Formats: sequence, C-alpha cells, structure tokens
Amino acid sequence: MKNFPRIPSGCSIVGIFNKQAKRFSGADILRAIRVMHDRSNGLGGGFAGYGIYPEYKDCYTFHLMYEGEASQHETEHFLEKHFIIERSEPIPTRPHPRISDVPILWRYFLRVKPRRVESFRGREGTASASSPQFCQVLEETTGEHCDERDFVVEQVILINRCINGAFVASSGKNMGVFKGVGYPEDIGEFYRIEEYEGYLWTGHGRFPTNTPGWWGGAHPFTILDWSVVHNGEISSYGINKRYLEMFGYHCTLQTDTEVIAYLFDLLHRRHGLPLQVACLALAPPFWKDLDGNAGAKGELAGALRQVYGSALLNGPFSIVVGYTGGVIGLTDRIKLRPLVCGERDNFLYLASEECAIREVCPAPDRVWAVKAGEPVIGQLEEGVQP
Amino acid sequence: MTKTLIPNEFLVKIDHIRCRRCKRCILNCGFGVLNFQDRIVADHSKCVACHRCATFCPEGAIWIERNPLCFKPNAHWTPESIKAIYKQAETGGVLLTGMGNDRPYVNYFDHLVLDACQVTNPSIDPLREPMELRTYLGSKPNSLQVETVETKEGSYALATRLSPQIKLETPIIFAGMSFGSISLPAHKALARAAHLSGTLMNTGEGGLHRELYPYSSNIIVQVASGRFGVNQEYLDRAAAIEIKIGQGAKPGIGGHLPGEKVNQEVSQTRMIPAGTDALSPAPHHDIYSIEDLSQLIYALKEATRYTKPVGVKISAVHNAAAIASGIARAGADFVYLDGFRGGTGAAPTIIRDHVGIPIEMAIAAVDDRLRQEGIRNQVSLIAAGGFRHSGDVAKAIALGADIVAIGTAALIAMGCRLCQKCYTGNCSWGIATQRPELVQRLDPEEATERLVNLLRGWSLELKEILGALGVNAVESLRGSRERLRGIGLNQVELEILGVKPAGR
Ligand code: SF4
Ligand code: SF4
Repeated sequence: MKNFPRIPSGCSIVGIFNKQAKRFSGADILRAIRVMHDRSNGLGGGFAGYGIYPEYKDCYTFHLMYEGEASQHETEHFLEKHFIIERSEPIPTRPHPRISDVPILWRYFLRVKPRRVESFRGREGTASASSPQFCQVLEETTGEHCDERDFVVEQVILINRCINGAFVASSGKNMGVFKGVGYPEDIGEFYRIEEYEGYLWTGHGRFPTNTPGWWGGAHPFTILDWSVVHNGEISSYGINKRYLEMFGYHCTLQTDTEVIAYLFDLLHRRHGLPLQVACLALAPPFWKDLDGNAGAKGELAGALRQVYGSALLNGPFSIVVGYTGGVIGLTDRIKLRPLVCGERDNFLYLASEECAIREVCPAPDRVWAVKAGEPVIGQLEEGVQP
Repeated sequence: MTKTLIPNEFLVKIDHIRCRRCKRCILNCGFGVLNFQDRIVADHSKCVACHRCATFCPEGAIWIERNPLCFKPNAHWTPESIKAIYKQAETGGVLLTGMGNDRPYVNYFDHLVLDACQVTNPSIDPLREPMELRTYLGSKPNSLQVETVETKEGSYALATRLSPQIKLETPIIFAGMSFGSISLPAHKALARAAHLSGTLMNTGEGGLHRELYPYSSNIIVQVASGRFGVNQEYLDRAAAIEIKIGQGAKPGIGGHLPGEKVNQEVSQTRMIPAGTDALSPAPHHDIYSIEDLSQLIYALKEATRYTKPVGVKISAVHNAAAIASGIARAGADFVYLDGFRGGTGAAPTIIRDHVGIPIEMAIAAVDDRLRQEGIRNQVSLIAAGGFRHSGDVAKAIALGADIVAIGTAALIAMGCRLCQKCYTGNCSWGIATQRPELVQRLDPEEATERLVNLLRGWSLELKEILGALGVNAVESLRGSRERLRGIGLNQVELEILGVKPAGR
C-alpha cells in the first residue's frame, strides 16, 4: 500500500460559475488565481473545469498521473478489464520554464462495461475497498452497492491505493482536473487551460509546509464529478477518515482535503441529503444557537449532529466544491479561513480574496463575505443542461 | 485462638504530647482501631489507612504509617503474596476486597499522549469561543432522510424518526454503584449531581430508593442477574435501562452484598428480606445465549414502550469485540464496557486482580469491530474502569468511546481514601456502609457539590484539550486516534490501539 505523508498547508482558492451553463475559457480562472500569488509558495497549484469535454460528456473521464511507464501499463491493463476505453491520449501541455519533474499525464474517456456492473451488483461485499485483502484481489471487483458510480468510486480508490506510481487526478463526466507542483498560474499555462471552455472553474494555489514534490498532492481533490479546493486544515481528519472507511472509502492520500470530496459523495449522492442539508452536517451550527429553536430547522440540525457527528469538519477551512450541477462555498463554523463571494449577471464568484473576484469582474453587482458555516450554493438554473 | 501470623499492614502513630485526649479519633474510626485506656491506644492490626482519624484530629496528633517490617527481599514472593497465604491458611476462605485492581499492570493511558495544534491549524481558545461537549446517548441510524417542506424557517425537515436519545452536557456519567453497597446519602448525591450537571447516574443493581425519584430523568436503572428492585415503576422512573451482564472488577461472577449491609431501607429498595445476604447469580438465569439477551432487551423496550434507550454492560474480556457486536445486533442502544480496573463494593481478590483486560484495549477493539461491521452508529459506546482524570477521559474518547463513566473517581470526590475495605460495611467516610452512625457522616449536600465540582473541573479541562487540538466539538475527538501517539509500546500494542508511535 502507498503511504503518503500528511502535509499541512495554507492556500488560495477561487471558483467561477455560470448558472446558464455558458462556457468560458480557463483564462479567467488563471487571472483570478494569479493575483493571489502570495498565498501559495510554488509547491502546488491546480484547476478543475466543468463542461470541458462536451463531445464525451457521457464518459467518465479519468485524468491519470504516472510516475513511470510501468505504472501506466499496469493501470491501462486494469482499465481495459473494467471499462470500454473510448479514447486514450496524453493530456496536452506546453513546456514551461518553471515546471519540472513532470509525471506522465494521460486521460481516458471511459464507459463501464455493462457486464462489470452486473457482476458487481450480483456479489455481496466479501471485501470492501478498505480491507487489506483488497489489494491482492485487484483483478476482482466486489462490493455491496449497486450503482454504476459506486463501481467507479471503487475502481478509483483501487488504482490510487494499489497501483504503484499511479494516481487518478479526476474521474467525473465532462470535467477534468489539471494540477501539479508549481505556482498555480504556471501550472495553468503548462496545461494550456485557456484552450478549454467550461461553465464552472475552480482553482487552487498551495502553501504546504514542506516539499513533497508530488503532483498528486496538489488540489483539487476529486471523486466522480466532485472536486474540492481547500484552504485550511481539517483537525478532525482522524475521525472523518475512520468514518468514511465504514462506508468503503479508503483515504489513500493522507490529505485532509480528500475526506471532503468523499463526504460530499457519501452525504449527497449516497445518503440523498440535499446539498444545503449536507453542509449543515459538515459545518453545523452551535448547540447554543439550536437550543430553543424547536422548529423544523432546529430539529433537523440537531438530528444531523447526532447522526453525522463524525462527519463534522472541524478546524480551519474554506472550500469551494464543484460538481456537475453547480458550486458550493463553505467555511468552518467559526470561519478561521477567508471566503468572499461576488455576483454579476449569471456569474457567481468565490475566492479567498476580493481582489481575485475584481480581477475578472471589476464591477460585481454584489460582493459579500461568506458567513461562518453558512454555505453559498450556486446551481444551474432549472432546465439548463450542462 | 492461636496468634495470627499476619503482620500489621499499617502502624497508627500517636503523638501523646500533642494529643489532648478529645477522643474524636475513636469516634471517627469505623474499624474499631482506637481505644482509650489512660491515653489513646491503637490496635494496629485493624487499621486500614482510611485516614478518618488523621483528617479529624484537631491537633494533628495522629497519623498512619506503612508497617516497615521487612521481609527477606524476594522478587517472586512479595509480602502481599506471603500475607495472602497466611490469611487463607488461617481462614480457608476466599479473600475478599473492595475497589479496583491495584496491581501494577501496564497502564496504557500512561503510554498515550495527545496532539496539539501549532501554526498550520490554529488552536481554539475555550475562554473566547464556544466549546461543545454535548453528547447524545442512544442508537443512531446510519443516515437520515429529509423531506422538502415550505416553512419560513427553511425548506427541509427531518423525515427519519430517531430512536430515544438522552442529552448529556458532558460525556462523563457516573458508573453503576448500588444502594446497599453505598449509602443513601452517597446515592442521592450522585443523582443530584447528575441532575445539576446535565448527565446521568446509574443505580447499580440495588434498585431505586424513593428519595431519588425526583431525579428520574438523570438516572440509568440497572437490571442485573439478581433482579433486585426491578418492577414496572423502577423502569418507568428511569431515563435509560442497563442490563448488567458483567462488571470490570469481577468478570464472570455475581454480586455479593453481605447481610450486615441489608438494613430496612436497603431491604425495601431491593425487595429482599432485611439482614439476608443479597447474592446475585453469576449469569442471568434467563440469559444463556445472545438470543436470550435480545429477548430481554426487547422485553424491557416493550415494557417502557420504546421510550428509553436499553443497553448492556459487560466487563472487558478477551473477546469483548465480538460480544459487543452481538449486543449491538441484539438490539441494544448502548454498550457499556467496564475495564479490569473498574471498582466494586466486594469481589474475590483473585478475580479482581487477574481477570479481564485493560479498558484501553477493549475500547479500541470494540470500536474497530463495530466500524468494520458498519454498525458503529447503532450503539453508543460507554467506557469505564479506573479513569483518574480528564486526560484519561480524553484518551478514551479519542480511542473511540462516546461516553465515559466514573465510579471510583466519584467516590474519591466524596472522601473515599481507597482503603479497599468497602465489603466490610465499615466505611469511615459514610460511603460504602449502612451503619447509621457512619452514614450520617456523609452530608449529601456537600457531597453533591463536590461531585458537581469534579464534573465541572474535568469538563473544563476537556474543553482545554479540545481547544488545543483545534476542534470545538467533542465529536471531532471521538474515535480520532490520529490525535494520539504511543510511547513505549510495541508494534502489536500500537496496532491494537490503532495509534502511531510518537515521532511519526
Ligand atoms: S483526635 Fe487527635 S487529639 Fe483527639 S484524641 Fe485522637 S489523637 Fe488525640
Ligand atoms: S468507599 Fe470507604 S471503605 Fe471503600 S475504599 Fe473508599 S473509604 Fe474505603
């Protein structure tokens, strides 16, 4: 099993979203993150773009990072077993003076083999992705869920966990993550993200406290179409991780941000909690504010804390979470990290600093500081298809 | 009678120059050690080091020393084992004792240290920010259903009905100690302190005295193998019900309350004749398997119309993990684990000192197992067994306990000196006794206040610990073993506890 060190870090985050699903170039997000240069130290930057692969929008798009050809062979062998590979190609990059030690970067447009899901459904979970024997049964696909997306989640966790030198940067449909070691503006140029068009972009500049030099350690962190950029550190990581293990998520990356992506997947997709309610579980109000609030909201918030206490994200954080249907901005419940929001026309902007918003939207209709623990949720307008 | 070979454990020293012969020490000694001839004289053989005389002597003229009498040093044959053999050679009986295991086994709490925040994530100041210890005892579902509603408050409402939950303002409750083994003022003080602190006391197996009825919402009633005091009213007067299978101090054996402690009040509360020994059998005679246990759990739930949590207390033994999982699947709302340092009013010394496992290991093993099986939410995990301070509490919670129970610490707060003579019924402090002249020494008001203070002090310390860890809710510490490190533990121990060694 791979074991990565856990690295605390500070950061800049940003998100730009168009509610009408109007696609715009990645150049904007690049400009927005560039002005927050001082919030990162050149050891990690990355972006997530949504709506960037319209011609393959029904395919799970895997962005892979390989340390060497052996890992690529092993992974491709694994992918061929479980998926129909519609297309496989290197991720386009341009040489960059400040970007070095580049891993092999590859993307695959995949469909799940129907037979695979069948057998996945048929078998009751003999081993979950978190059990040690799982690595030995790489060939087998087992599990107790019966959703195609659960199957994909398990394959991603398997690759990250069991194939040496291979790392899945993203795995959602019609979206992709471009990240690596360097300043975010350099990483963006390196990946040529201005050549893509998406209706939602998020970006991240990282300030880790030591030098892992590992590309997988950069943000965003993802599972399926969930992507998370995160400024802060989750002090409750230990229990969040153990909680997720109970549901088959194996946190391989030893990074606190990983748990956020999995928690959204668990609470929203698998448990069916509306996003607002999921956020209420992740950054709940204080008891003192609930006591005496006997109404439906108080009752719901109280029950959420009782049942989802282990999912509570505690410690300083501000996050921007992207998914197919929109974007979520959230901070910890005493707001130990910054998050500013801006709006103009059909655009919603979220950033660590207001300057990042004004860089791309000099005259927003409204700019406000996000309140502690209160989510800002931007969703595609009704009827709008990405 | 031939002379005993057992040397005195303690020597009572009296400074006859300072002594003004007020005889207070004689009155205070519950064990009949002191006597007045022309001056105070002591029968050293009876002294148990309960400190009552020394505490109340106005002149500081009396104190107790360990008998320095030297045995030929022998690493194998310790004075304790030699004296135990003398005792049994003289009596031919089972050696009894009180309180918890006092042997120098490895104390895992003392090999675990907590984390704290520096720079990258800030610590939180509990004096300036809210710090939440609130904990709910009860079974929780794995997920919640939400329905969409249109109210002015918001658009979602809870659709799942939760099973009964008891709100605790601190994750510390009082452990089960029966009326009979301890006195009525002690029992009352526990109930009132629980009430004032927003937590729970536990009746133990001795029934519920009427004077405790006003505190019903802060009481766990126990249903033990002797079924003492169990009737409908008893179940109705409780916030939660606990089926006691085992106790950490004496796994696998029943209870024994000597007839001397069964006075009128105790007899009424337990519903047994006065003066008779109250012997609870080793097993419940209606529970010989896990399905029997399940039946009792549901019988109690039926009897109380599913309005209160029903849990099961077991002692921490080798396969506690599998047993706890069975208990959770049998329908219990909580599992109470009692480690081998847990106290008792009376137990055979040999059982107390040699049976059971440390609570630290049991918490880790049970929490792991319940998580592996995906049923951790189904039960609240209560851990007990010799918690000495809030550091032990924090570590137990980090290992995976939802709640900890304190028994011995609560008695110490009321004055107990850990003399381990509770089974004699002579407790000089009015705690583990029913002798009226001793009982009246314990002022329930004062004892209540001392207990409330203890809970408050530990709770404040827990908040300090949470703040240092950079979290503001106890649920972020619960099961977060990442925040613990082991010192001086071997690889296997670290693995069982699920913690990394310090330095990693
Ligand atoms: S209490 Fe102290 S002063 Fe009084 S008789 Fe005893 S030893 Fe002497
Ligand atoms: S309760 Fe009383 S008899 Fe028991 S150990 Fe404490 S002081 Fe001694």
